[in-house]
Amino acid sequence: MQRMIGKRAISSLISLFGLIVLVFFLSRLTGDPSALFLPVDASEEMRQNFRELHGLNDPVLVQFGHYLGDLVRGDFGDSLRKARPALDVVLEAFVWTLQLAVITMTLVTVAAIVVGSVAAFKVGTKFDRVASLLSLIGASAPDFWIAIVAIVLFSVNLGWVPTSGTGSVWHWILPIAVLFIRPFGLILQVVRGSMLTALGSPYVKTARAKGVKNRPIIFVHTLRNAMLPVITVIGDQAAALLNGAVVVETIFGFPGVGKLMIDSILQRDFNVILAAIMVTALAIFLMNLLIDLAYALLDPRIRT
Amino acid sequence: MSATTAETTPAKPTPPAKRGYLGMLWADKFATFAAIFLIIVVFCALFGPLLLGDAASGQNLRARNAAPFTLERGFLYILGGDALGRPLLPRIVVAAQNTIMVAAGAVAASFLIGATLGLIAGYSRKILSEVIMRLADVIMSFPSLLLAVIVLYILEPSVGNLIIVLAITRIPIYLRTTRAEVLEVRERMFVQAAQVMGASTFRIVFRHILPVILPTLVTIATLDFAFVMLAESALSFLGIGIQPPEITWGLMVSQGRQYLTSAWWLAFWPGLVIILTTMSLNLLSSWMRVALDPTQRWRLEIGGKNA
Repeated sequence: MQRMIGKRAISSLISLFGLIVLVFFLSRLTGDPSALFLPVDASEEMRQNFRELHGLNDPVLVQFGHYLGDLVRGDFGDSLRKARPALDVVLEAFVWTLQLAVITMTLVTVAAIVVGSVAAFKVGTKFDRVASLLSLIGASAPDFWIAIVAIVLFSVNLGWVPTSGTGSVWHWILPIAVLFIRPFGLILQVVRGSMLTALGSPYVKTARAKGVKNRPIIFVHTLRNAMLPVITVIGDQAAALLNGAVVVETIFGFPGVGKLMIDSILQRDFNVILAAIMVTALAIFLMNLLIDLAYALLDPRIRT
Repeated sequence: MSATTAETTPAKPTPPAKRGYLGMLWADKFATFAAIFLIIVVFCALFGPLLLGDAASGQNLRARNAAPFTLERGFLYILGGDALGRPLLPRIVVAAQNTIMVAAGAVAASFLIGATLGLIAGYSRKILSEVIMRLADVIMSFPSLLLAVIVLYILEPSVGNLIIVLAITRIPIYLRTTRAEVLEVRERMFVQAAQVMGASTFRIVFRHILPVILPTLVTIATLDFAFVMLAESALSFLGIGIQPPEITWGLMVSQGRQYLTSAWWLAFWPGLVIILTTMSLNLLSSWMRVALDPTQRWRLEIGGKNA
């Protein structure tokens, strides 16, 4: 287990380094931040000072060297836009996204497992068909469209929830509901399929033959065995939730890391982009580790 | 019921008359609808701009944000007009071309590259395979939409770049599936037989292994088409995908967003078309999963009711 974690950490570091190199050099090609941050009538001297101050006059390779040097000492550089350490800006935004993601994924997991198990147990009934249809629609829906339709319906016409921003519990409802839909559809399908396979296996027949009741069969015998593929999808979807977060946070004006990234890209705030990439990558790495631990917890064969 | 019968091949007392793929498709009404809808969409994508290109860009300022469901301005305005008085129905038809082209291009490119690399990784020595898999890990290690956002901003958004970016983010899917399948198939008896008979590696991979794994890949590609379409729509919606005056469905939703409260139909119809298309792709993909698998095809052949 420890060796595996070590190996994974090294290979993740290598891919992260590749990504940083790519983004660092490509982002310097997009243009000069001084044109964006200084007024249009700024003199050439002011531009020079600005570039000098932020080290943009050095050759790109030298800039990269400086950046790596600072990075090793835990310094992610300053945000150009906010004139504060980039890491602080990113972490502040990340907390918002993390809360959003954790709440959504918890709800999704519970709902998908319950509905999916019941659907598999009552396969072919009306409940099963409605659940399959819902999961199909959920998996096919464009989240940005659902978001704006929901805003028109629930915020503008009915006035139940605010259109955007943060502040009260009510502000969280629409973003969570929109983020909920796609992973719910996908995970539900996997839970149902996996439970169907498990319910058809010999040990369930044995349990039935012994006279075990329905409820213990679902929750004690099958669910645990059916969970392995489900956990894989949950992991994938949790990472993919960050994709949805970009869209949802932009539409709902939610100050998370997805919106921060879009804003920083548009404003050429390089240090923030890089810091955001690293923080996100670390979060995904930790989550994959958790998934592996969950595997080992559920399946004794993996515990070596 | 399907779970218990899935593992065992059913004993068929009287083998039913063989049905072709069309017959099997007809037996599943949902899949039939999906296929018909997709054929219409592809038709729009191919011929829409030719037939309705002028109508879609012609402005009629008296029809600005015209309400849908009335025929007083002619059939083309049945779904309403947009902010510049252009009819929505022809615009949706014309926008199908870019939407489908980007998705088809990205899926085709990632399919070809991913499957080829997967065949190599699955059937070659360790080092090469390791290198390919690590490359896939690099791409997989980061959310695809964020990656696309970053790269697109640097590359300048255009149809070609959009295809490249989306293709790159989807390559690992085909790569991993192909490799996993090859690793399993290469141990089977018929591959060993081919090796003993002296077949070349090229022949074994392309004539013996590829046909076995192709149905899986085609099913995944259908599903992935929907995913890529959604990704393109989201990027266009965020303003870093296709740029006006080119149109895609995602861009239309984005343009209609500012008129949401006064003219909901501007954003509603293109979104509905996206949802219908992705849903059709999902339905067709789950039908194909059964139809293309010889061990499960009997379910469709005996009537399709329990499929």
